[in-house]
Amino acid sequence: MAMAEPAAIRTVSEVLNAGRPARAGVSRSYWAGVRRRLARDRVTIVCAAILFVILAAAIFAPYVTWADPYKTSMIRRLLPPGSPNHILGTDELGRDMFTRLVYGGRISLFTGFMPVFVATVIGGTLGVLAGYLGGRSNMLIMRVMDVFYAFPSVLLAVAISGALGAGLVNGLVAMSLVFIAPVARVSETVATQVRNEDFVEAARATGARTWRILIEHILPNVLGPILIYASSLISVAIVLASGLSFLGLGVSPPNADWGLMLNTLRQSIYVAPVNAILPGVMIFVTSMCFNLMSDGLRAAMDVR
Amino acid sequence: MTLAVVPENPRLPVSADPRDRGGPMQPMLLVEDLKKHFPIKGSLFSPSRAVVKAVDGVSFEVAKGETLGIVGESGCGKSTTARLLMHLIQPDAGTIVFDGDPVGVVRGIPVDELQRNMQMVFQDSYASLNPRLPIADSIAFGPKSHGLPKSEARERARDLLGMVGLNPRLFAERYPHELSGGQRQRVNIARALAMHPRLVILDESVSALDKSVEAQVLNLLVSLKDRLSLTYLFISHDLNVVQYVSDRVMVMYLGRVAEIGPVERLYEAPQHPYTRALLSSRPSMDPRRRVSVPPLSGDPPNPVNPPSGCRFRTRCPLAEAVCAEIEPPLAALPAFPAHKVACHAVAAASGHSGTAVPV
Amino acid sequence: MAVPHPRPDPAADAGPAAAAATAPFVSVRDLTVRFVSRDADVKVINGVSFDVLKGEVLCLLGESGSGKSVTMRTLIRLLPPTARLGGTVTIDGIDVLGLPRNDLKRLRGSLAAMIFQEPMTALDPVFTIGQQIGEALVEQKGMSWADARARALQLLELVQIPSARRRLDNYPHELSGGLRQRAMIALALSLSPKLLLADEPTTALDATVQIQVLLLLRELQKELGMATVFVTHDLGVAAEIADRIGVMYAGRLVELGAVAEIMDAPRHPYTEGLMRSTVHAGMRGKVLDAIPGAPPDLADLPPGCAFAPRCRSVREHCLAVEPAAETVGPGRIVRCLRHGDDPAYAASAPLAIG
Repeated sequence: MAMAEPAAIRTVSEVLNAGRPARAGVSRSYWAGVRRRLARDRVTIVCAAILFVILAAAIFAPYVTWADPYKTSMIRRLLPPGSPNHILGTDELGRDMFTRLVYGGRISLFTGFMPVFVATVIGGTLGVLAGYLGGRSNMLIMRVMDVFYAFPSVLLAVAISGALGAGLVNGLVAMSLVFIAPVARVSETVATQVRNEDFVEAARATGARTWRILIEHILPNVLGPILIYASSLISVAIVLASGLSFLGLGVSPPNADWGLMLNTLRQSIYVAPVNAILPGVMIFVTSMCFNLMSDGLRAAMDVR
Repeated sequence: MTLAVVPENPRLPVSADPRDRGGPMQPMLLVEDLKKHFPIKGSLFSPSRAVVKAVDGVSFEVAKGETLGIVGESGCGKSTTARLLMHLIQPDAGTIVFDGDPVGVVRGIPVDELQRNMQMVFQDSYASLNPRLPIADSIAFGPKSHGLPKSEARERARDLLGMVGLNPRLFAERYPHELSGGQRQRVNIARALAMHPRLVILDESVSALDKSVEAQVLNLLVSLKDRLSLTYLFISHDLNVVQYVSDRVMVMYLGRVAEIGPVERLYEAPQHPYTRALLSSRPSMDPRRRVSVPPLSGDPPNPVNPPSGCRFRTRCPLAEAVCAEIEPPLAALPAFPAHKVACHAVAAASGHSGTAVPV
Repeated sequence: MAVPHPRPDPAADAGPAAAAATAPFVSVRDLTVRFVSRDADVKVINGVSFDVLKGEVLCLLGESGSGKSVTMRTLIRLLPPTARLGGTVTIDGIDVLGLPRNDLKRLRGSLAAMIFQEPMTALDPVFTIGQQIGEALVEQKGMSWADARARALQLLELVQIPSARRRLDNYPHELSGGLRQRAMIALALSLSPKLLLADEPTTALDATVQIQVLLLLRELQKELGMATVFVTHDLGVAAEIADRIGVMYAGRLVELGAVAEIMDAPRHPYTEGLMRSTVHAGMRGKVLDAIPGAPPDLADLPPGCAFAPRCRSVREHCLAVEPAAETVGPGRIVRCLRHGDDPAYAASAPLAIG
């Protein structure tokens, strides 16, 4: 219509962006940044891959190995690794080591994960509540936690599972109880920090209910550090569960469990040292990977 | 029926606000004898009795539609006052009356309703936004938690982003770390407005911004106040900015009000020696007429053990014996009832020898 | 295309004409600083040149991210190891950027001393004020402890700390903010530096204390005849203390000149905008003339003039050509195409901001 109108003055961004593809308001989220940093961290990726292989082998154990983990053989006792049909040799009852390590991973990973999961839910809730509410509630919750904290964790686990009696379930309960206090303490510290941030004050200033503030503002900001801490506990839990089995308080034979295997093979350490060490290696590698991975996670999540 | 008077200002007069309860003459906020003493934590074996008298008997009012500026140095209690008003911390004593309704008492208004009507913008634009939430969600949080459906709350958030000058299409889904300081402070303003407040407390809200951005945000605040018939409580240590935005100014010193009055009056004829010192401590902005003598020496004293009597007397050039004995009351000047000063040297028959400056 | 034509070397007239005979005490030429990390390559300083004469205060004025503080820290190479430096910096004839790392000690303290915004970063919390000043004197000047203590007392009196003798035995946390700042100044002066570097030393202080410290610094600087580089974001502070002002924006010195000239008649559009938007008395009820937009991302600088996207005099040419330092008067330098005699600027089309 108004064809003769003089050319309108162009804006700076029109000139600058001429020829460039228009950039939409796409934003990289926080988690996208975390993913990007994780993808660059080789140590974490390798650890995650190792853990993935171990976990997958444990879950799909019957497809990974056809041997029976319980089948004993008096003539094939303590074969060295590399023997025919027994890549990693056999144990003191002639059972296939590889098969037992794979099946043992099922219990060991479960006993590593389950108590930490339970403790994180309970301890995390208590700790975050204590941290956010502060004052007397904090006093009450944290002093009770301190009582648990006062005992060395191994001693406490042994005492509790001793009192409950031997067995896998009791061992899990004992370990869950042991981990509640440290998780609660870490959660409380993180929640106290976040609670004092201005954005929580601003949320409180809207008159929102406490649970809403906890869920929408506190939780997303404390979850990262708590999960990182919890993941580092998994390695502790595997070692602790192995310890309990070792003392005869956790899994009972003939079940395969890395700790238990370490215990029974210990008598053969001079005869077949490699076989005896293998379950220990599995514990070491798994807990090491969990540790390094949680370290990598922390590094990736710390950057803002 | 014909209208005899056509209002000059096209916007609705404050009294036409359907939320108005007390009428135009009722102050929006009336604060009386507000007190907050923080105990200093002692150790288990030596429980300490010391308290920080952060706010120690502060009274003032804010009229509807006005901007009250609060100035003072660190430790004067201006930020604590803001948090007390918002009930982010509980006052030890004092009454707060919001538009005629006392807060937190029987037959008054409950604290959460006060918070809906009164919102706050903080100094640190980054710390006051949840780093894990897209900014539209941060803005929508308040309305949502008061029962607005999620989609409507987000719609309101997008409208508000537009209102504070951020294109919602580009900004709604961004995270705080992707914004500049000025943009973040706009988001914080939008978040405060999301509750449809009648009074907004701006606690050093432009202090951390770069000068070139500060002016943008000040312009925004002034225009929003007009559009939304807001009342502001503007807290700042920057006397120039306070002068620009405020209708009345309150000067605080060590938890007490030193002086309060209309902005022109207070800046042109400051009565309290502290106000005068504060005003002449401003850099001159003219290299040919530089400040040659500092108006005060020393730092503000520790609020744990404030001086007896008048708290300013330890730094005051006019201090006399009476100043150490009697705490000067905040009294209106006979000639200017709107201008109140707490100083013996100004009050007649106070026992101070100098009737300091002609009023 | 821009036609490059001979321009006078900005360095030639960087100082006032009167001082042309004496060599500048500090000389910075084409300084560039990049912070290189795995994630990014941030160009913090992009070619900064200036001189500081003996006994003169140069204020570097700018907003956060303008590079004013990094420029100053480069003078004593107080930068993180990720910094990559270019150009030359000479202080009293010493080539600072060429100095081996082990010789930096020679530079810091006795030749150049720095005072910070937050004194707690410079003072050690576990030693008394007297011990800290004394240690510097004993270590670097070989004084006896008794002499050092006497000298420390003199220094505290010099910075006007009341009851100085008692304060010698105070720990930093026992002092108020203003006294701590004075103690840090005393510490900086202990080795009688010839160059004083001040990084927003009054910004964290209350108004009534800020002016005291500012006046003290002005007095000491005059008395001791130190060359001083003073970094601030506050126009008012600069007006109180500066002899000359260098305005920085996005890692470039966009305007340089005597303080009164710059305050009276700013030439660069950024300086103009800064003055117009600074709130002062008599602006009540008026809409402030703010600079639109926000400072650029240093990791992604626009081509041409970095201020162009916010500039009201912007033309198409500004987006293509980075302005060179233009001498527009004695000791007055502006980096803006509007002030050059570049016909391409005049010929190109004006743009709207946005």
